[in-house]
Amino acid sequence: MSEEKNKDNWPLWEVFTQPKSGKPHEHAGSLHAPDKEMALQNARDTYARRNEGVSIWVVESKYITASTPEDMGPFFDPANDKPYRHPQFYSVPRAVKKRS
Amino acid sequence: MSTATKELIKKDAFLTYLLRLADDRLILGQRNAEWCGHGPQLEEDLALANISLDLIGHATALYEYAAKIEDEGHDEDYFAFFRDDRDFTNLQLCELPKGDFGFTIARQFLFSAFSYFQYERLKEAKDEQFAGMINKHLKEIKYHLRHSREWVLRLGDGTEESHNRIQESFDELWMYIDELFYMDEIDEFLIDKGIAIDSSEFKDEWKKLVEETLTEATLTVPDWDQFMMTGSRKGIHTEHLGHMLAQMQFLRRSHPDAEWK
Repeated sequence: MSEEKNKDNWPLWEVFTQPKSGKPHEHAGSLHAPDKEMALQNARDTYARRNEGVSIWVVESKYITASTPEDMGPFFDPANDKPYRHPQFYSVPRAVKKRS
Repeated sequence: MSTATKELIKKDAFLTYLLRLADDRLILGQRNAEWCGHGPQLEEDLALANISLDLIGHATALYEYAAKIEDEGHDEDYFAFFRDDRDFTNLQLCELPKGDFGFTIARQFLFSAFSYFQYERLKEAKDEQFAGMINKHLKEIKYHLRHSREWVLRLGDGTEESHNRIQESFDELWMYIDELFYMDEIDEFLIDKGIAIDSSEFKDEWKKLVEETLTEATLTVPDWDQFMMTGSRKGIHTEHLGHMLAQMQFLRRSHPDAEWK
């Protein structure tokens, strides 16, 4: 089967695994699968064989909207020169410090 | 009958029973492993290799326990590599060549469905080590069943080619399925002891699952009343097993003392 034909037949999916209950799901990688149930099973075989997690999400890659390299400036740069956006000027109360 | 004779019979029966279970899993695992690097897709290659490893792992644990019960100084490798085809008691279903992907999936589904109902009951066996092992393996069997069943649905209700191929595979496999439910004096003896289970108890459940799955996959359920193969539990096999063992056992027999370093 040619790579080209593969891509036509089986769409690409992104896999997110949750390391433990209560933790956020993290991107584990991607895979090809014919449909969502098979994507979930393939994700289990590919990314969850060694106790990597307790839950898996799969989403077809085409449904993900991502920022592009061109967005780098307008999206992320302005944050750098606005120190008042970062709460590093507050002193943390001792009681709170102890707890963390 | 003296107590010693009774114990001996129980030991022999249990050993035979463990080897039957283990042989099924080793031979089917070895067959599925032939897909390694040849799967229809990278992801399915991984899935089939995972199922193979699970099955060979199940066999290894059963062989280890068999060696302990036999108490002749053997190990799991002895049972896998130093017995001949007439000593193997695996189902003929497990030794058939892997065929195409549809054939492998159809066989896995029939076998995993049977294993699922069998292990669900066997986990209550009155032998702690055996029951513990069965319980542990059951989780993996559930996954094998899910994976193979989902593929049966997709191939059956897929393209014209996938439909025809998996239909032919089921038709070809049908005469090997009666053996799944074969029972003899070994089973009866161990059922009495609370170790083995009576497979006729879940035959209807298994049939129902198979029929429902095939129907949902738009496949025709082959005729239950047809010629059925027998004899594998007594060491009677198709011509395929000998060839497979020759390949599988060659290295170990050529270098019997070789060790993984």
